[in-house]
Amino acid sequence: MNKNNISDLMRRFSVPLMFVLICAVCAPVSGLSPSYLANEIVTRMGRNAFLILSLLIPIMAGMGLNFSMTLGAMAGEIGLILVCDWQIVGIPGMILAMIISVPISALLGLFCGKVLNMAKGREMITSYIISFFINGIYQLVVLYMMGPIIPIKHTSIKLPRGYGIRNTVSLLSMRQKLDNLIPLTIAGIKIPVATFIVVFFLCLVIVWFRKTKLGQDMRAVGQDMEVARDAGIDVERTRIISMVLSTVFAGIGMIIYLQNMGNIATYSSHSQIGMFCIAALLVGGASVDKASIGNVFLGIILFHTMFIVAPKAGTVITGDSMIGEYFRVFVSYAVITVALIMYETNKRRDKSKAGKQLALEQEAANE
Amino acid sequence: MSEKTQENSLKGRIQGFVKTFGLPRLIITGFLILLLIVAPFVGADLPTQISNIINRFSWNGILVLAMVPMVHSGCGLNFGLPLGIISGLLGATMSIEFGFTGSMSFFMAALLATPFALVFGSVYGWLLNKIKGGEMMIATYVGFSSVSLMCMMWLLLPYHSPNMVWGMAGKGLRTTISLEGYYTQALANILQINIGNLSIPTGAILFFAILAFAMWAFLHTKTGTAMTAVGSNPDFARSAGINVDRIRLISVVMSTWLAAIGILVYEQGFGFIQLYMAPFYMALPAVSAILIGGATVNKATITNVIVGTILFQGIVTMTPTVMNNMIHLDMSEVIRIIVSNGMILYALTRKTEGTK
Amino acid sequence: MENAPLLEMRNIKKDFFGNQVLTDINLTLKPGEVVGLVGENGAGKSTLMKILFGADVIRETGGYGGDILINGQKVNFQSPFDAIAAGIGMVHQEFSLIPGFTATENILLNREDKKRSVLSYLFSDRLDTLDRKKMNENAAEAIKKMGVNIDQDMKINSMPVGHRQFTEIARELSKEQLKLLILDEPTAVLTEKEAEALLESIRGMSKRGIAVIFITHRLNEILAVCDKVVTMRDGYVVNESPAGETNVKEITQWMVGKSIGDDVSSQAREEKDLNRKTILSVKKLWVDMPGETVRNVDLDVQEGEILGIGGLAGQGKLGIPNGIMGLYQAGGEVTFAGESIPLNSPRKCLDSSFAFVSEDRRGVGLLLDESLEWNISFPAMQIQNKYLKNYLGGIIKWRDEAAIKEVTDKYIDELKIKCQSSKQKAKELSGGNQQKVCLAKAFALEPRLLFVSEPTRGIDVGAKALVLDALKKFNREKKVTIVMVSSELEELRQTCDRIAIVSGGKVAGILPAGEDREKFGELMLKNC
Repeated sequence: MNKNNISDLMRRFSVPLMFVLICAVCAPVSGLSPSYLANEIVTRMGRNAFLILSLLIPIMAGMGLNFSMTLGAMAGEIGLILVCDWQIVGIPGMILAMIISVPISALLGLFCGKVLNMAKGREMITSYIISFFINGIYQLVVLYMMGPIIPIKHTSIKLPRGYGIRNTVSLLSMRQKLDNLIPLTIAGIKIPVATFIVVFFLCLVIVWFRKTKLGQDMRAVGQDMEVARDAGIDVERTRIISMVLSTVFAGIGMIIYLQNMGNIATYSSHSQIGMFCIAALLVGGASVDKASIGNVFLGIILFHTMFIVAPKAGTVITGDSMIGEYFRVFVSYAVITVALIMYETNKRRDKSKAGKQLALEQEAANE
Repeated sequence: MSEKTQENSLKGRIQGFVKTFGLPRLIITGFLILLLIVAPFVGADLPTQISNIINRFSWNGILVLAMVPMVHSGCGLNFGLPLGIISGLLGATMSIEFGFTGSMSFFMAALLATPFALVFGSVYGWLLNKIKGGEMMIATYVGFSSVSLMCMMWLLLPYHSPNMVWGMAGKGLRTTISLEGYYTQALANILQINIGNLSIPTGAILFFAILAFAMWAFLHTKTGTAMTAVGSNPDFARSAGINVDRIRLISVVMSTWLAAIGILVYEQGFGFIQLYMAPFYMALPAVSAILIGGATVNKATITNVIVGTILFQGIVTMTPTVMNNMIHLDMSEVIRIIVSNGMILYALTRKTEGTK
Repeated sequence: MENAPLLEMRNIKKDFFGNQVLTDINLTLKPGEVVGLVGENGAGKSTLMKILFGADVIRETGGYGGDILINGQKVNFQSPFDAIAAGIGMVHQEFSLIPGFTATENILLNREDKKRSVLSYLFSDRLDTLDRKKMNENAAEAIKKMGVNIDQDMKINSMPVGHRQFTEIARELSKEQLKLLILDEPTAVLTEKEAEALLESIRGMSKRGIAVIFITHRLNEILAVCDKVVTMRDGYVVNESPAGETNVKEITQWMVGKSIGDDVSSQAREEKDLNRKTILSVKKLWVDMPGETVRNVDLDVQEGEILGIGGLAGQGKLGIPNGIMGLYQAGGEVTFAGESIPLNSPRKCLDSSFAFVSEDRRGVGLLLDESLEWNISFPAMQIQNKYLKNYLGGIIKWRDEAAIKEVTDKYIDELKIKCQSSKQKAKELSGGNQQKVCLAKAFALEPRLLFVSEPTRGIDVGAKALVLDALKKFNREKKVTIVMVSSELEELRQTCDRIAIVSGGKVAGILPAGEDREKFGELMLKNC
């Protein structure tokens, strides 16, 4: 039993351990100074934490990794674009952008939840395709409707042809306004205190949420839909709520993310964000059906350390800067692949384990 | 009275037709027909348009055909198509590296790609057998991982042919490699028919026809029958003594090999080899094409492949020209994204697990 | 109406698509009364309980006839939730528990104690926080009521099976309004000690005024704890007696029915050559088939006979053919005509000319989405290379559509399969005709040994006779040995030469088909 526990533990933490090793090898090779590294990681923690936390709720509800968190990201971008055009700057601008993004996210989350209810058992591939589908709609809105239908005044964000949004929208007026709201520098490391407070607040909300009736229902639905239904829980509705919440949080997270970056890459910011967030969460030791707040932070530290040091280390080792770039992309995908495979094989292994035990019992009885 | 019943039955028949054909498919077909009708009026040259569609069909047909075996064996839609494409790219680059030129280079590329496709396909099939039920998501990410791994490999593998590597560094493959002097139009030029603006790449279409016929024939053999049965009801197949895992493995290897050949045919039409991130999203158009053609997650025929490829490529080629000529607004890319992903989404939300 | 009984069921009738399964059932229960409900599988016990519990399946199949009164008030439950609200609780055979939740969380599933908070006033009461302390208290109280101690903080998936059962019972007991508890074979998964504790717990409930309907095959338990025994057979209540005035032997007789004039079938059967050699010998077989576990079975089948395997559901009779044919994990020795047959390999069995008609017609037996031609020809094509044309010296094995059509038409004719054409899809046929397709599939293999599992389950009377006749004819004309598994004893007695009864995963005994019904009944309950 004890041995089993240790091997189980090893299995669970094999991915984080592997990353500790990668980082331990690459960090010295890269030649980056520890203070630079620390600074970068703290910045990225503030930038990404909110987004990654938004993934926790669907995992709790048994819907797996929410590949359609990009929906929320798109809603956040729409909010920011509009606020930019209205020239509302600083923190008020951010708050207004959030307010605009929430109903859009909620609507998209509702759509996503409904579709996923029709595709039970293949939520992940469906949510993944949804993100592409909605990306098409997003482009339709941003590229063609903004201008003629949704009024956009300022030429600085409009394409020269007169409608549609430019490839990059500068957020100079909001750049790191939240991060620098409460300035604090410890040992040369700039700490985005206000952002951390917001993230901390979301952590509290998630902790509190787990204790609510709705949270309990979500856990029940996540583990066994049929039993939950028999007990009178409205399974479909609960699943939709979890998608809506996740999408809304992702929208707000995206706004925090972009205020740190300082500009929006209108047509590509959101497309990779889902993948990197999911990879980071998995690196932190989460699995498709189990994730905690601890996984989020551990994941950010490990994944982003790798992300920072890999290109440099790659350049030092091979003399080609692209190798490291590709390496980190490969690692992100590989981590997700491995996590998905482990999840599926574990499901099967549990089943065959039960069979083996029965066989053993009977062998014993036969003797 | 009789008129009324007739009307009813007609209505019923239309409804039945819509049901079997699927509403989205109907809309897409209608849209394409509309485009074809509108085209001459807005000043687009119809023969050019049609030869465009036929050309694109000849490039993409085999990639779509590659979906068929895995759908038949119940592995679902092959989102892992990039893995096969990579085998094809390895064959293509090696053929050039070894100095083959002209049509010979196409033949050698296919030959060299085959062992890679077989090995990659076997490993991929073995993996998919371990995770029955979760194939599609994992297939997607196996495809992504392999593409990003190959991104590093294209830089690191010892290629030297000056036509392929970066001029300055002298190593590392370029992102786009021209096939001029190699196998560009290698198939299309065979027996090509040109009537005015209409040109038909007979060779490439024949090549597709041969492979499609081979696939059709395979599905009529003993093993092909077993493959369909495995997809239809794996428990039935197992109780009839079929080694389900072996049949699934065969289907994955077939699909991977077809993808490898498919990308070579695509390149000979397109005229370039595209490396690095290019294979990344190649699975999605192929998947949606076969779905538009009427396939479901676990049923697909050769007709689905042909109809689907024509419809999909028709929309992709016709929309930009017609739209540009009409309202000087190119929304084709957006329409392509919405249509193709909408189609996949539609197929995923159907209850197609087979009646049980 | 102070002395109205707690529950009264009057003239309950139920049919499934014209198939009468319950006729004029009357049942009354006083508060605190414990009633034992016994009967063979298919006697109608579970249907009766489903009616009482307002199960969806009853309403979907056209409702029921008769009245149900609770405390003298007529009720008509639209869903199980109505039944629960009226004070009826039911513990099913399959657990309805969340595996990763603790006992407490499961006991109070969707009935958790909650605390209001500001946010829940603002939005919805689903944002109330859980009151863990109160939940623990309530769960502890329910467990105390039950009288069997279980760890309320332990997660279900690390609990022994018995404790899961008790968690379910505690969940019902935690409901304030509970007046009547239905226990459907609760002791099947319990150890002897746990079963003893459960009986004690039932006595405790009874003292507290909760009436219990106790369904079990273990008659001793019924006698030990019940006030009244109700025996059902073929949809009728055949007997109702106080538990103190009866015994196991009597109840068994009521269950299987009297043996007057029902030996016609065995007499009518022609006498076969009795001096036959063993063709299939099974030794120490164990099979891990969920719900039908087989333990240590020894069985000999004689050449040319029809051997029946009977027994109650869940006792393991289905596991025997499924295990031998390699569909579920199995161990032991199987020899056929002197040759050892490896287990866990369907292919090897089929190569040794076995064939199997599965009880899971739609799941295993058929390719529902394919044509009849495919269904009938597929195994013979794959195993014996029939219906194939060879080209290029056998490298290409082409499907011979004409031969396939020929054989399909032959069986459509022979077995009178009702269909539009041989191209019709299997899912479009009725149950009986689907079963015939399954038989045709097996016949096309021309086996030497045929396993048939529940051949008449879920098909109408006319089709039943046709199927059984076809089996008998196949046995007689082709000299094929048949092993037939069925839960209907009468059907086995009509068709078979000898009948083995399986109970508790073991062969309890083998009797000639002409033997008295009681003898079979005793064997059925032997190891329960």
